[in-house]
Amino acid sequence: MPFETLVLACLAYVALMFAVAYAADRAAARGRVRCLDHPLVYTLSLSVYCSAWTFYGAVGYASRSGLEFLTIYLGPTIVFCGAWWGLRRLVRVARMHHVTSVADLVSARFGKSNRLAALVTLIAVIAATPYVALQLQSVRLSFEVFATDPRGMGGSDALGGTALWVAAGLAVFTILFGTRNLAADERHHGVVTAIALEAVVKLAAFIALGVFVIWGLADGPSDMLDRISRASLDPRVAEGWLLRPDRWTALIVISGAAILTLPRMFQVLVVEAADEERLHVAGWAFPAYLFAMSLFVLPIAVMGRELMPADANPDLYVLTLPAAAGQDMLALLVFLGGFSAATSMVVVCAIAVATMVSNHWLVPAWLALRRIPASEEMDDLRGFVLNARRLAILAVVAAGWVYHQASGGAAALAAMGLVAFSGMAQVLPAMVGGLLWRGANRKGAYAGIGAGFVLWMGLVFLPSVGVGGDMTVLPGMDPWTAAVALSLSVNTLAFVGVSIFGFPDPVERFQGLSFVSAIEPLRHSRARSADDRAEPLLAMARRIWGPDAALRFFQAEARAQGKSGYLPDLTPDFLTGLERRLAGSIGAATAHAMIDRVAGGVALTVSDLLQVADEAQRAKEETQRLEAARAELARTARQLHQANDKLTALSVQKDAFLGQISHELRTPMTSVRAFSEILMDADLQDADRQRFAGIIHQEAGRLTRLLDDLLDLSVLESGRAQLTISVVNLHDVITRAVTAASATRPERGFLIDRDLPSEHLGLITDADRLLQVLINVISNARKYCDADHPVMTIRVKRPQGGGAVIDVIDNGSGIDSGRQSLIFEKFARLNDPARAGGAGLGLAICREIMLNLGGDIAYLPGQGGAAFRIVLPQRPPVGSGSD
Amino acid sequence: MQDILMIEDEVNIAEAVRFILSREGWQVALHADGAGALEAIRHHRPRLLILDLMLPNRSGTEVLADLRADPDAELAATPVLMLTARGQVDDAAAQADHVLSKPFDNADLRAIVRGMLG
Repeated sequence: MPFETLVLACLAYVALMFAVAYAADRAAARGRVRCLDHPLVYTLSLSVYCSAWTFYGAVGYASRSGLEFLTIYLGPTIVFCGAWWGLRRLVRVARMHHVTSVADLVSARFGKSNRLAALVTLIAVIAATPYVALQLQSVRLSFEVFATDPRGMGGSDALGGTALWVAAGLAVFTILFGTRNLAADERHHGVVTAIALEAVVKLAAFIALGVFVIWGLADGPSDMLDRISRASLDPRVAEGWLLRPDRWTALIVISGAAILTLPRMFQVLVVEAADEERLHVAGWAFPAYLFAMSLFVLPIAVMGRELMPADANPDLYVLTLPAAAGQDMLALLVFLGGFSAATSMVVVCAIAVATMVSNHWLVPAWLALRRIPASEEMDDLRGFVLNARRLAILAVVAAGWVYHQASGGAAALAAMGLVAFSGMAQVLPAMVGGLLWRGANRKGAYAGIGAGFVLWMGLVFLPSVGVGGDMTVLPGMDPWTAAVALSLSVNTLAFVGVSIFGFPDPVERFQGLSFVSAIEPLRHSRARSADDRAEPLLAMARRIWGPDAALRFFQAEARAQGKSGYLPDLTPDFLTGLERRLAGSIGAATAHAMIDRVAGGVALTVSDLLQVADEAQRAKEETQRLEAARAELARTARQLHQANDKLTALSVQKDAFLGQISHELRTPMTSVRAFSEILMDADLQDADRQRFAGIIHQEAGRLTRLLDDLLDLSVLESGRAQLTISVVNLHDVITRAVTAASATRPERGFLIDRDLPSEHLGLITDADRLLQVLINVISNARKYCDADHPVMTIRVKRPQGGGAVIDVIDNGSGIDSGRQSLIFEKFARLNDPARAGGAGLGLAICREIMLNLGGDIAYLPGQGGAAFRIVLPQRPPVGSGSD
Repeated sequence: MQDILMIEDEVNIAEAVRFILSREGWQVALHADGAGALEAIRHHRPRLLILDLMLPNRSGTEVLADLRADPDAELAATPVLMLTARGQVDDAAAQADHVLSKPFDNADLRAIVRGMLG
């Protein structure tokens, strides 16, 4: 089969796994976990036990040692069939304590000791590394079987690359689906579902191969049995086929232990279990799965020995048999089955070991460096735990790959598996003892696990990597059996002995009670003897509830205990009650953490910290929401305040306006009234009478103009002004304005400087209104220009967007900068009113007109004299009051 | 020494007041600007000052304050009749001896001035 086809098949298969895991995670995120939580999915995920070692190695094992391979199936089967009630208890206790790994379980049982967890983690890491390497090697070996003709693939170099690519891919998969969230229960629906699917592939491939071997290669079951009988008499293997009770016992014990203690098994068996009820199904279904996986091992092994050349690797019979028979598709299926076995093991193992490494090595170290897990740092903690886990996954897979490269893949598959099994088995005595025996304590656990670890390192692990070499430990036994027997015995003895002679501290006693009875644990099991710790607890409670309420609670508790005063004994009842009441105020995990810290007791577990982090996060969000609401209120208040200020300012403006109008009306009225009274006197000369009547007429005209201006301004300001829009030649309007304005102070000889050609611009506007503005501006110049030889310059420009810009500039002294902004205000007459003759509304009206026309008028500073710029659009804006 | 000095920017009002008061036999001098008002007062040393509240450049209130603060005690004590076109009389005008609102009754004006000049 071409190498490329194989790679493509692998890639397609991996893509399928990604898709399944992703879909399952999505479904779980949407809360649809019911089908994912099916007991069969759980059972199938347990098949991660059948790693590549079981898939490939069992056949090799059988061909080397006959029925001995069965022991690695028998151990788990016995555990599941015989001790399912024990498993239930394990799952129940673990879930109750939010246990995240086997190390966490042991540490939780023995006083939440993180050092113990760190030790277990160490064993797990050491044991897992060659085991992961073994999976990578199996993938590589299976590739080699097919790639007999690498055809430009670079031979074994390319195959070495295979292991790297597989490792990298697995690391990516594991990081993606193993560290998506940090829920306290540490479940991974995506991974578990993908593993369950792989379990089906594994089983299907193996059974298909078995069927092919029995009915395709041999002539049915009876022929097969004959061949097996003949093979067992083969002198080459007779030695290996002997049933050795000591070795069998050791293997069954170790594999039974492995189903409980291997990190990946603990992960799927305990951590990923939603509840203990699924063990009902798994109790029979998992042994059945193992039976199906083991059924065809011996036939395949026997046929392999018969048909394959003597130098063929028995570990690869499952592949070479169908391949040699030309069954390419079957071989491919088997290859994928093996691939499944290897990948699922690496993924789950990496998740489990990485959880341990991050929870028991990296996070405690980080917390120690950061001193106190103050609540502000909880955000950091979340991120840190996730990153630590990702890093640990990468490290676990990378270590496996390095080990694989370094070892050269020489060791038989089964041997590497047994090393891992026997290593993790060292945790078993403490674990089982902790569950069953109240007297077990931390010192005992240290002693047992420590001793077992040292012996395993010296007798099993180091020899397996070529350090020290085989040692004869016990006469008459093979080295591995002897090493296992010795290490486990010493382990158990140390554990029991030290536990009996050592006295557990109170925390442990309560944890022990909780584990052994597996009842609702005294979760807050702190029996602390020191009475003087009640004081800081009271201080803390006072800060949360207020002094009186706290004192009342403490006094009542003390009285209930029969004590006088206000400091009760720190009994578990009191602490639990206090924590419950505090939880109502500050959240359960925070209360737990605070009581722990103040009462000076137990180190927090990572899941405790995560809960604190969750609550801190929630509190922070709540605070932010409140803060936002407060800011909103403040903003509204500010707006109201501004509106009020505006109204006040408007009111002041209105008063000022009315005052000014009053002044402007009263002034002409005064002259009219005074002179009319004078006129009523009889004795006046005709000349005076004439003059006074003229003054009255003049002042009456002024009053009329004022009223007209006010009316005009009011209409313009309200936007109700009627504009008469037409096409206008700007030149005509300017000419009319200059002519009309010449009536103002006609005695002054004004030089008007115009640039006539540029004035011929067509605009659409209200000619009369524009004229009004221009007359006003030009008249103002005539009135106020103080030059000896007054000159007025009128310039018209056409801006790019159309319309017109008209500048009217005189050569007087202009308006000083402080008052330029005032001139467009109402009644802003700047100088002698006698000279102005108006009420000071002219420019205010001009501005309103220009705004109505869609343009503007502004004072143009820095032109020498007074200068105004009138800006006009090509046409007035829609809805500007035109008809 | 003049009888009366009137500081008023509205020429028609100034003309009316002068006509009314001169027919009573008083001499009325005129000044039309807040600027230079104090100098005019010092120059004319009137027995009565008629002061408009709204003046260009320097308001009647300011002119009055300047006058009352003048080191020449006799000048500072000049009786002042304040004219105002504002509806109400503000506090600043309280320094005046009399306040008369515009428009006013000619008879009122005559009576007040007569009273003030004794």
